[in-house]
Amino acid sequence: MRLLSVAVLVISWWIAAITLGSAKLPAPPEVLEAMLNEARSGALFVNLGATLARVALSFVLAMTLGAAIGYWMGRVRLADQFGDPWLILLLNLPALVVIVLAYIWAGLTEAAAIAAIAINKLPTAVVTLREGTRALDPALDEMAAVFAVPRGRAFRHVVLPQLAPYIAAAARSGLALIWKIVLVAEYLGRPNGIGFEIGVAFQLFDIPLLLAYSLSFAVVVFMIETALVRPFETRISRWRLRAA
Amino acid sequence: MRLDVDISGKAFTNAAGKRSEVLRNIAFSLVQGEVAVFLGPSGCGKTTLVRILTGLDRDYQGRLSHPSPLRIGMVFQEPRLLPWRSVEDNVRLAAPDVDAARLSSLFEVLELSAHRAHFPGELSLGLARRVALARALAIEPDFLVLDEPLVSLDAALAARLRAQIATLLDGRPIMTLLVTHSLEDAVRLGDRVFLLSARPASILHVIPIAKPRSARSDADIRETRHDLARLCLTDG
Repeated sequence: MRLLSVAVLVISWWIAAITLGSAKLPAPPEVLEAMLNEARSGALFVNLGATLARVALSFVLAMTLGAAIGYWMGRVRLADQFGDPWLILLLNLPALVVIVLAYIWAGLTEAAAIAAIAINKLPTAVVTLREGTRALDPALDEMAAVFAVPRGRAFRHVVLPQLAPYIAAAARSGLALIWKIVLVAEYLGRPNGIGFEIGVAFQLFDIPLLLAYSLSFAVVVFMIETALVRPFETRISRWRLRAA
Repeated sequence: MRLDVDISGKAFTNAAGKRSEVLRNIAFSLVQGEVAVFLGPSGCGKTTLVRILTGLDRDYQGRLSHPSPLRIGMVFQEPRLLPWRSVEDNVRLAAPDVDAARLSSLFEVLELSAHRAHFPGELSLGLARRVALARALAIEPDFLVLDEPLVSLDAALAARLRAQIATLLDGRPIMTLLVTHSLEDAVRLGDRVFLLSARPASILHVIPIAKPRSARSDADIRETRHDLARLCLTDG
């Protein structure tokens, strides 16, 4: 069924290419050729690698910080009251503003790009983990307290499994957000990466090149989602499946 | 091992700011190996008392004294097992140092041997209760607290689990507090029965049962139950 779905997509693309003319929408073989060219010269992999490294770094940064802050806000009332206005501000700040300001304040540097991407993702991670922490079962906390289970063990065996679905949700929505933002950050201020190449292709009006990079990126995103994110989600909800 | 309790009062303030008194003048002592039963009507404040004795609620007037640290094994009214851990891992979380032989014999007595690898979601309430009991005993507690361990089980199942608890209590003398609203639990398991009043709960009568659990005949049980029931009726 998935194969059929992809086939229909390619065929519609081909038909649209023929109707519109290759100047506006190149046909699949033309794009494939551009892709192979970039792959042969190695540029495709260098740029994909640069983008993925940025995604990985900013993802890890945002998830760790976001989870810690979210857990803290969920547990401590005062922290929640203090942090809430900041959260609302960050949640509603457009990605473009954060990226541009980061480049202005920290220069066109790698650190600025990664920080800007991470800041965009941070508030959603905080909100999700805060909800998860609020939903923790106090009955199980009490059980751990009566049996004097040490803090570290209680966190690992009692708290973390309850937060796991929220962490997975934050990871999934965060990844989707980062995929979108990383290209903008690269387009605006980095000398490599998929976003930069798309910018170049746009200026040269090289549509096959533009589509070649976009498609390679889409394929990589798809592979990561199916190979990493889905299996992780299945793993953490194993006990639910068995219970059902 | 000894526990001295002297609670002069405990009150809750609800959301509307209204205070309601739950416990009043509850003083008693427990010694090693003794099974004390707190018998009282539903909602009289038994669970509040348990929460104070186990250190979950520290907001009360009065004092507790016991050797420290006090190793508490507790069976909550709802089993409170971790749904994402197997039966054995649930027990081991509370009792990381339990040796394999002891764990096996506990599972044996409680008829849980076949369920070690199961998850709590796959168990009936009766089985989950027994897992909670195994967990409480696996830590070799100084103080065992059972909060309505047989509630909402059918009569036959409750009788069987009651017999298993009696066996385990006779096996090694642990200072035990059993909280229940069932006369049957009280007369079959207790060494001393504390009869509680309705809210605010206070101790109305203390009834010692001299005969050891294993020696009580059905006639003894009937007689004690009769005495207890009469006391319950006269005091409402």
